[in-house]
Amino acid sequence: MASVLRRSQTVLNSLCRRQFSASPDGNLTTHAGKSMNLYSAINQALHIALETDPRAYVFGEDVGFGGVFRCTTGLADRYGKDRVFNTPLCEQGIVGFGIGLAAMGNRAIAEIQFADYIYPAFDQIVNEAAKFRYRSGNQFNCGGLTIRAPYGAVGHGGHYHSQSPEAFFCHVPGIKVVIPRSPYQAKGLLLSCIRDENPVVFFEPKWLYRLAVEEVPEDDFMLPLSQADVIREGSDITLVGWGAQLSVMEQACIDAEKEGISCELIDLRTLLPWDKETVEASVRKTGRLLISHEAPVTGGFGAEISASIVERCFLRQGEQNINVLHVVRPFSSLHNPIHILLLCLCID
Amino acid sequence: MAFQVRKATTKIIPHFRNGMGFFLGPLEMGFFNSYSTHLRNTSFSAHKIGTRILGSENMPTHLFSRRFESIKVGKQLNCVNDDRDDQVLEFPGGKVKFTSQLSFIPDREEERIPCFRVLDDNGRPCMYSNFTQVSKEVAMKIYHDMVTLQTMDTIFYEAQRQGRISFYVTSLGEEAINVASAAALSLDDLIVPQYREAGVLIWRGFTLKEFASQCFGNKYDYCKGRQMPVHYGSKRHNYFTVASTIASQIPHAVGAAYSMKMDKKDACAVTYFGDGGTSEGDFHAALNFAAVLEAPVIFICRNNGWAISTPISDQFRSDGVVVKGQAYGVRSIRVDGNDALAVYNAVRAAREMAIQEQRPILIEALTYRAGHHTTSDDSTRYRPAQEMEWWRVAMDPVSRFRKWIESNGWWSNEAEAELRSRLRKQLLEEIQLAERSEKPPVADAFTDVYDVPPSNLQEQEKWLRKTIKTHPQDYPSNFPL
Repeated sequence: MASVLRRSQTVLNSLCRRQFSASPDGNLTTHAGKSMNLYSAINQALHIALETDPRAYVFGEDVGFGGVFRCTTGLADRYGKDRVFNTPLCEQGIVGFGIGLAAMGNRAIAEIQFADYIYPAFDQIVNEAAKFRYRSGNQFNCGGLTIRAPYGAVGHGGHYHSQSPEAFFCHVPGIKVVIPRSPYQAKGLLLSCIRDENPVVFFEPKWLYRLAVEEVPEDDFMLPLSQADVIREGSDITLVGWGAQLSVMEQACIDAEKEGISCELIDLRTLLPWDKETVEASVRKTGRLLISHEAPVTGGFGAEISASIVERCFLRQGEQNINVLHVVRPFSSLHNPIHILLLCLCID
Repeated sequence: MAFQVRKATTKIIPHFRNGMGFFLGPLEMGFFNSYSTHLRNTSFSAHKIGTRILGSENMPTHLFSRRFESIKVGKQLNCVNDDRDDQVLEFPGGKVKFTSQLSFIPDREEERIPCFRVLDDNGRPCMYSNFTQVSKEVAMKIYHDMVTLQTMDTIFYEAQRQGRISFYVTSLGEEAINVASAAALSLDDLIVPQYREAGVLIWRGFTLKEFASQCFGNKYDYCKGRQMPVHYGSKRHNYFTVASTIASQIPHAVGAAYSMKMDKKDACAVTYFGDGGTSEGDFHAALNFAAVLEAPVIFICRNNGWAISTPISDQFRSDGVVVKGQAYGVRSIRVDGNDALAVYNAVRAAREMAIQEQRPILIEALTYRAGHHTTSDDSTRYRPAQEMEWWRVAMDPVSRFRKWIESNGWWSNEAEAELRSRLRKQLLEEIQLAERSEKPPVADAFTDVYDVPPSNLQEQEKWLRKTIKTHPQDYPSNFPL
């Protein structure tokens, strides 16, 4: 046990020191931009969104002074307190207000301070935002709504600062769910979400806000939604994940390679509607699938992926023996080292 | 009781005190976690400043800490006998006087908030009533549309009873709130409805054919047959589509009103809801947001006494809904919802204030749900028949208004008979047409979920079409494939 923990500590340290990559070769990606961390990339995307669209608004709890994670720094000074403003501490109010704002043809960029606090807004997201276009027969829509929420474990957040609630939202037709893995991805995906014609829930991996650093172009660019990204090509097993968990999985790929296992790593990026085709093609090649997410395994989004892929690659064709393994991380504050043990499980 | 007012600014505790060790970590994020925790606690701190400041000398020093630059005791005193009347606490929002009286604000005023009315029960204008006279033209349209709503409700209700439509909701007893409020608004004002405001659509020109198409869910229904009957919506009439959920539309009105404010429009958003809806969090969220963001929105509560079978005595203990506005800093009025002229005047004045002063207004209209909650409800099981009868007959808003227009010489029995018979005939025709019209195509089940159907929905549509092909007998024949 002690040796495992020591190994975990080593892995954690290596993760913390490691540069974040967004390229298939695993090296630091060069996008010919400025080196920046994830929250700065988000901040830059918000600046661009407000700059390029006079009908864009940013609001939520504490966003006026820059937000508790500093993602909205400088926005109110630059674009005015009418376009970047604090709201009362009320998540259902924030999303409900955002729906009304978006329905009038605006880009409503709402911040929920922590994904753990998004539940009071659940009804507004599920019954209102998701159904607004459909129920009106496309007369009205709130497609300009983007809900940003920091999610996931950071190692010391406990139950209420660490949850990964993405699966709840992936069950809801009418919204999109997007999670970036790195600063470059965060900027490009967030701009796509803001400009998408559908309401989007955008979960930001808060573990990576300051930790993840990579080159990010300073100009206005967008990355496609509903398109998975093959980060690393391999032939023995397909690994699928999203958000912060990919950094753990990438390390697992590197370690597995030393043991002669060739891993293909896929970042799903958009969870709803998700890119089945890319995952399917990869699993057809490797014959094995490992899905890993931070959220609880029961009813997690991994179950959807495994069910779909088993159906497409196994039940329909019966050609391969697909092994599917779920790996999850718990969100207890004290049991943080366990997620590192799970990293070892990935490798095993 | 002897008091000492302690100097409240002796010690400043740093805001960013890292009180919880577990927030310390390699990431600066811990800083923001503790900061957010602090922010969530500030109202608690303020409460302590306000109440415990007059406590014992042994009070822990942190309770005296100054949390805001803007908070300080206006005059520091050490002596018990000083005149306390001029002691104030500078607190965000203005000076707060200190008092030596340990007294609580009463749960309600002895007198209930009065109810504004223009016409008495017999349709006679009340003496000294300072109301805006409506023109004959407007008055006649108000009456015409109230009768239209009443007749439509009767016919559609019967159609549901005959099994021709699945469901219906009447606005019986609430015709004046529906139509007179709409009459006081401009077509540029956005309506964010609940589901008992079809009269607003009538006023705005939504036709009986359009109502029937929605209730029968045919291919002319703007909602493409996706919703239950009475879930109307019309872009052309600036009327958001109805959802069945209670109160969830109210915050939308605030967001929409904020957009109108930013666009400097000469218009406001108007949202309707019932007494039951005011118990939902969305009502409170919306009032608070509207006040803080200074949004030009009118909140119209149809307090009809009943939320399905729940009477208002089981809903709230406040003096109705009107008093809730002030707690949020929202100007409010209570009106007689069965008096069309009172509703018209109140909404007109509210609209002017909302737009001129860029502020929200709350209107509580007292009325009675003279019909059942919906066709799925039998309200004689939980309320006395005499009560319903009294409101239907003695308090009917339509006949009260009729008395007034008759007293002006604008209406007659002949005109009445002609109008009602014409409407009835027209409605029966529209029902037959709507019933015979083709249903929306099956493809409509999958469109508009997103702007463009994504691959997963395309795949599901293929599955459905395949199933229909293999089991054609189980598929309704009147839905085009």
